[in-house]
Amino acid sequence: MSDIKMRVSDIEKSFPGVKALSNINFSLRKGTVHALCGENGAGKSTLMKIIMGIYKADKGQIFIDEKPVTIKSPIQAMELGISMIAQELNYVSELSVEENLFLGRLPVTRLGRVDWKKVRREARRFLKEEGLSYAPDQKLKTLTVSDIQMLEITKAITNNAQIIIMDEPTSSITEREVGLLFEKIAELKKKGVSIIYISHKMEEVFQIADDITILMDGSVVSTDRAEDLDMDTVISRMVGRKIENVYPKEAVALGDMALEVKDLNKEGIFEHISFHVRKGEIVGFAGLVGAGRTETMRAVFGLDPFDSGAVCINGKETRIVSPEDSIKKKLVMLSENRREEGIIPPRSVVENASLASLRNFIFGGCAHKKKERTVAKEMFGKMNVKTPSLDTEISKLSGGNQQKVLLTRWMLCDPDVMILDEPTRGIDVGAKFEIYKLMTEMVQENRAVIMVSSELPELLGMCDRIYVMCQGRITGCVEREDFSQEIIMRYATGLED
Amino acid sequence: MKPNVSQYLQKFSIYLVLLVLFVVCSLLSPYFLNDTNLINVSRQLCVGLLIAYGEMLLIVSGFLDLSAGSVLALAGVLSVSSYKSTGSMAVALVVAVSVAVACNVVNAFFVGNCNVPAFIATLGMQQAARGIALYYTNGQNILQLGDFVNIGQGMVGGIPVPVILVIFVTIVVWYIVNHTRYGRGIYAIGGNRSAAEASGINAKASIYKSYIINGVLVGLAGMIFMARNNAGLPNGATGYEMTGLTAAIVGGTSFVGGIGTVSGTVAGAFIIGLLENVMNLMGINSYIQQIVKGAIIVLAVSFDVMSKGKKTKKVIIVKENKGEAQMPAGKNP
Repeated sequence: MSDIKMRVSDIEKSFPGVKALSNINFSLRKGTVHALCGENGAGKSTLMKIIMGIYKADKGQIFIDEKPVTIKSPIQAMELGISMIAQELNYVSELSVEENLFLGRLPVTRLGRVDWKKVRREARRFLKEEGLSYAPDQKLKTLTVSDIQMLEITKAITNNAQIIIMDEPTSSITEREVGLLFEKIAELKKKGVSIIYISHKMEEVFQIADDITILMDGSVVSTDRAEDLDMDTVISRMVGRKIENVYPKEAVALGDMALEVKDLNKEGIFEHISFHVRKGEIVGFAGLVGAGRTETMRAVFGLDPFDSGAVCINGKETRIVSPEDSIKKKLVMLSENRREEGIIPPRSVVENASLASLRNFIFGGCAHKKKERTVAKEMFGKMNVKTPSLDTEISKLSGGNQQKVLLTRWMLCDPDVMILDEPTRGIDVGAKFEIYKLMTEMVQENRAVIMVSSELPELLGMCDRIYVMCQGRITGCVEREDFSQEIIMRYATGLED
Repeated sequence: MKPNVSQYLQKFSIYLVLLVLFVVCSLLSPYFLNDTNLINVSRQLCVGLLIAYGEMLLIVSGFLDLSAGSVLALAGVLSVSSYKSTGSMAVALVVAVSVAVACNVVNAFFVGNCNVPAFIATLGMQQAARGIALYYTNGQNILQLGDFVNIGQGMVGGIPVPVILVIFVTIVVWYIVNHTRYGRGIYAIGGNRSAAEASGINAKASIYKSYIINGVLVGLAGMIFMARNNAGLPNGATGYEMTGLTAAIVGGTSFVGGIGTVSGTVAGAFIIGLLENVMNLMGINSYIQQIVKGAIIVLAVSFDVMSKGKKTKKVIIVKENKGEAQMPAGKNP
């Protein structure tokens, strides 16, 4: 008998306008951890969704134990022994542990009544077997993310899962909890369970993976045994191009102080935040998840209150209590969540673009739609927004174009300081490049740009200076000539202070 | 990509429906096109339209008002009784509008400041305002309104006074919705409140403004309603909020928020009004009429949702695709 548990062969998948996956071949050995590495948009999640039956592949075949299978829904995937621990965990927070454990498959008595006794008995047994200490009737909302993750794994085991997919399982748990997770994974391996492990964190990947497959732009670059690879090789294969060429960085003479933040504090969120940005400067903010970068920027922009500290714009101390204030003071912020805090889905691109600068289009109490359209159109040209018409609903554009419409929204406010929170998240490489170019243009127009990003390469490529945050504090500030991934990671993990 | 014929059809479908209905009505009943009948129809629509505008504004921004009928009655009876004791139309107007606005400020307070769902907050107001109206009048109708009736029954140059009033209000509301920052803001708030707030729009202030405008409209409606009935009816206008909601919804206002127009609402109100009128002219049993109206509401909205559904399916795919690209980055739990 072969030791291949699952094999996907020649999988292809297209979305309107995008080829998400082409010619994917990939084998998962029994009782091993197989890491999938790749940049954002490389196709990892699409592939997993096909395996889970959420998407239907255009072409290709999946084999389990060398038998061809078709997976049409997650339920079917579960029946075939495949479970997924999603990055964003699926659970009902108001229900109890046991109810979540048996969600969708509560045992019933012959009369059709839920067999609660059996549920309780089984839940107890599973929790005990897995060494989990919580009570079966505890509500899920009282547990931590890590607890719930363990519960999800337990749930997968109760389903007799032979293949468990873990999508960024360590993105929101503590280091100690990561240790627990890895112990669990080792245990699962011993039981012969195969694990597909998706992660951006190279150290982790090399710590637990047996095999590593690298995806780039929807294709498999390579599959190797972990011991035959090193981190640099993996990273260069993931990126697949010389990083230097991707960032259209140009030297710009620095002007006056545009934004100065002095000793900003908010209890439990961030403390002693002081930083400054000059006109013509791109300043980066690096840090791990939960370091408090977005929270800091939201407070500076007036979206969230802060306890103490001062914000000076163009050398003047300003009281900012709402985004409305900031916009008037020429400080604007592109939010990290395009869908939640950016676009107004049912409205047209032009309305989306003019939203923050409506004041400029209203004279004597009357909105001048003609002027609004002309101005927006001109800026769309500059920003290279591709839209069928000005009246197209924004939700119909691609992610990159939506992002450029949102940048237009802020550029129409003629800002002095532009905070960009994860400006390139979830958009394709081409659009990323255009956004970098726009950032360069912004500083050439004597504006100041703050770029918050979780992607270190783009920070290194675009910024003049990078502040690094860790646990709500700025732990370091690195000048361009001293840039290196390593030094920033040391600050970000709090190794250096 | 130029908008094609079917997109135009969809955009203007509501007006087409109205036009077809108009033609059908004139064929069905010989009395339909009479001056008196048409004037009657427009007069009957006035109160409903005023309420519909308020509901439209609120639904667009993601809220609604279930208290319109009760507040109308309360504002109406107080207005009538103040007119009877002072004889001043100005006082009556001030009382009607300020009472209705006050009730709506309370609505706005619970919705905007306490984050009570609008459904619940205004449901409470529906009970309370009706209670106050009945308590104040001791459940008795106020009769003999004198010249007050002119605002509901009078004519100027062959056109009913309320119709002139409502045309004026329509223009004002249209202007507010299309040409002010507030108007543009409510579409943004209804479309995506967090995004609107992150773009410098003050959602709380907008909520207050919407309810206050709604209050002004309901107050005016209260005066017209009482004048038409030549009585202060504390039990009157029950369920009128539903008439208003129906007109707004049939007129294409989306309950999801962010979509709705004044002209669509007018068309919606006329569709319902014409149907009612022609069924009356044809002598159709009023119970049957109610069944027909019910069917129309559900059919109109199903049509709307399904025709949009086709579009949204595509959007979902794009979104999922985007989500795919986003997930690995995901730094938020």
